[in-house]
Amino acid sequence: MRSRLPWQARLLARRLEGSIRERLPRLEGSPPAHFEGEALSYRLEGETLEVCLHRGPCNEIGTTTLEELEQLAALLRAGAGGARAMILHSTEPKGFCAGADLRELQAGLGLHRERGSSRWVAAGQVRGFIDRIHAVFDTIDMAPITTIAALHGFCFGGGFELALCCDLRIADKSTRFAFPELRLGLVPGFGGIPRLARDLGNGVVRDLLLTGRSLSAKRAHEVGLISQLVGRGESLRVARLVAEQAARFDPRTTAAAKRFAKPLPREALEREKDLFIELMASPVVEAALRKFVESDDLRPYLP
Amino acid sequence: MNKTELIDRLMELAAKRFDKDAEALDPQGDFFELLGIDSFQAMELLTDLEEAFDVEIPDYELQGVNTFLGLAEIIERRL
Repeated sequence: MRSRLPWQARLLARRLEGSIRERLPRLEGSPPAHFEGEALSYRLEGETLEVCLHRGPCNEIGTTTLEELEQLAALLRAGAGGARAMILHSTEPKGFCAGADLRELQAGLGLHRERGSSRWVAAGQVRGFIDRIHAVFDTIDMAPITTIAALHGFCFGGGFELALCCDLRIADKSTRFAFPELRLGLVPGFGGIPRLARDLGNGVVRDLLLTGRSLSAKRAHEVGLISQLVGRGESLRVARLVAEQAARFDPRTTAAAKRFAKPLPREALEREKDLFIELMASPVVEAALRKFVESDDLRPYLP
Repeated sequence: MNKTELIDRLMELAAKRFDKDAEALDPQGDFFELLGIDSFQAMELLTDLEEAFDVEIPDYELQGVNTFLGLAEIIERRL
C-alpha cells in the first residue's frame, strides 16, 4: 500500500518515522539533560550541553567525580538531550583539572595494607576504577557531536586525559599541560598516551611522559595540542562561539566526519590499562603516593 | 637587559601576581616563603615568567631553585 502513496507522502512518512525513532529513547526514561552534582553539573544551553566541573581544590577525579561522569556518559549515549555540541569547563580558579584524586587512591591502597591484602588485590580494585573511567572517557571521545574543552590553569594527568577526549581544546594563557605520572612510578592510566599520540604523534608523548615537564598554553598551541589560544578568562566565551558554529552543520555529517577523522585507538587503550595496573602493584607507587600525601613541603613535588 | 634589571622585573611580576610589595622582596630570599606560595602557585608564576620573557622553562630546571636570583639565572640562559 505504502508504495502507492505519492512520493511526497512517502518522504513525509520516512521523516516522521526517523523523527519518532530519534525521540523515542528520550521519551523512554533517558537521563535528563540537567544535573547538579557534587563534582560537576550540566545543562542544555540552547543546542549546547555545558558541563561544568566544580569540585575543589582543582577537580581531582575520584569516585564521586567518576559516578557523576557516568551519568553524563549515559546522557551522551542516549542522544545528549538533543545537544549538537558539548563544552567541558571548570569554575575552579586553580584550573580545569589537576588529575586523579591521589589522596583517595593512597587511602584505598592504605586500607588494603591495613587489611593485609596484597598489592595485587589493591591493583585489582584499581582495575575496576580504570575500566569505568575508560568507559566514560571513550563515550565522550566518540560522542557523535562536537565536543570542546574550555581550559584554564592546571590541566594535569587525568585532567589532561579528559581534555584529550574532546575534539577541540581552547585554552587561555594560564593553562599548563603535564603528565606527571612518572613521578609516582606510574604512566597515565585514563587513556592519555594513545589519545595524545593519535592527535600529535609519539614525539610529544615522549617529551611530556619521560620528563614530566609541563607545557604552557603558548607552547601547546605551537605543537597543535590546542586549537585556539585565548586571553585569560576567555576560554568559555570562545568555546560557546565554536559550539554555535559547530551546531550550524548537519548533525549526521558532523557525526560521520568525526567517525572518520577521530578513530578510537582501542588496542593501545587496552594496553595502556594493562601497563597501568601492572605498575600500580609496584611498591614504588605506594611509597611515592605516601610521600605526596604526607608531605607538607610547599615546594613542587619532585622525586 | 642585565641581570639586575632581570631580577627587578622578575620580582615585580611575582609581586603583582601574588599581591605583594615588590620592595619587600629580596633577590636572595626564599621566594616560596617571601610570597607565601605553594607548588600550585609556583606553576602560575612559571607561566607568567615564560609569557613575560618569551622563554620556555622546563619544570625540572627549577628543582632546588628557591631564590629570585636562581630564577633569573635560569631565564638568562634561555634569553
